[in-house]
Amino acid sequence: MNARDPVELARAALLGVAPDLAGERIEPDTPFRDQFDFDSMDFMHFVAGLAKTTGLDIPERDYPRLQSLRDCARYLEEHGWRAA
Amino acid sequence: MPALGADMEAGTLVEWLKRPGERIARGDPVAVVETQKGAIEIESFQPGVLAEIRVDVGRRVPVGEVLALIRGEDEAAAPARAAARPMAPPALPGVRISPAARRLAEAEGIDVAALHPGADGNIGLAEVEAARAARPFAPAPTARTPAERGLDLVAMRQAIAAAMARSQREIPHYFVGSTLELSTLLAWLEHVNAARPPAARLLYLVPLLKAMARALAAVPELNGHFVDGRFVRAEAVHIGVAVALRGGGLIAPAIHGVDRLDLDALMAKLDDLVLRVRGGRLRGSELADPTITVSNLGERTADALLPVIYPPQVAIVGCGQIAPRPWAVDGALAVRPAMTITVAGDHRVSDGRSAARFLARVGELLQAPEAL
Repeated sequence: MNARDPVELARAALLGVAPDLAGERIEPDTPFRDQFDFDSMDFMHFVAGLAKTTGLDIPERDYPRLQSLRDCARYLEEHGWRAA
Repeated sequence: MPALGADMEAGTLVEWLKRPGERIARGDPVAVVETQKGAIEIESFQPGVLAEIRVDVGRRVPVGEVLALIRGEDEAAAPARAAARPMAPPALPGVRISPAARRLAEAEGIDVAALHPGADGNIGLAEVEAARAARPFAPAPTARTPAERGLDLVAMRQAIAAAMARSQREIPHYFVGSTLELSTLLAWLEHVNAARPPAARLLYLVPLLKAMARALAAVPELNGHFVDGRFVRAEAVHIGVAVALRGGGLIAPAIHGVDRLDLDALMAKLDDLVLRVRGGRLRGSELADPTITVSNLGERTADALLPVIYPPQVAIVGCGQIAPRPWAVDGALAVRPAMTITVAGDHRVSDGRSAARFLARVGELLQAPEAL
């Protein structure tokens, strides 16, 4: 088990792609695409950031499960991350 | 004041980055100019010493006006123009420059006053082309985007509106579309990407752009510019890729020589371009010289678009989202991923048949993505 808040991990990966979102409220259930005009390039960088900080190899077929902050937290929990 | 695209008429000088007497290396940013596409850093094409500043901070300056004089390293007396690239008619008496040549010089940021006339005593396209080939350093003004430099989105909207209104007024558009079945492409991409870490994966836009660039070889009448009443075919394929800015607005800077890039190099260029549109710097040539534009709506958007040509280009390609569609396979119904691609063409240059040929060729090439 990894004692790091999955929501914070996902939030950090998001800010890595869009630093201008720092301090802004992120709606947990709204897809990034709708919330921040994310395109496929942004999303690719987001997944790459998440893969780097977690060490997970995130296959493309899992991308649909990473569309919102809550989606990501759930995905990371399934892969062993828990808030400390 | 350089022209960065057909729609730019003037820019406001917001900062001098060098002082008179300061030494300048080739490529050094000399001044910052505010345009409708953001703040652009104007770089020097040649080394020397900044001899004289001619424009004060805060002044709005028409394209072509001299901003400053840069004296070459070994020129004691005669100052050479560098930071400034006047588009005004040459001062030389008796020398004429053709409108097409002037337009090309403007697009390339070449100082027409410094051109040598041809054998007939006039300056034509050949003389401008020669100057372009001989230029030691491509102009590389750079731009930063909204968040960093406070881009005026109202001004950008006006620039888009002006270009599109001109397009609708001057270009007799036709539209031709096809829906392409993409299961082969997507299966191949999935296979290639499965072996790569997320940061090294290819987006489907990459093989799509490459297929389009190669297909243009068969339909050169879609790749080029319409200037001074005639079509000037482009030898290279510089695809303008429409990139949306967060918060509104759109820029379509070029990826150069797409037909000659392998997929990984193209992905790297695309990545770099999107990054610089969003938060970094654009180069002047990227804004000024696309030979065709591609507008890709992207995932989870809409099925099709009828794009509007960006003058002086003569075609634009619009890609809808990829979505599962009912598809006839061997007389039975199957579900396949498909994308509707629409080409807008310029009837002054080509007919719908050209666009149909282009789309058929793109479809063929995408059936063998490994060969792209």
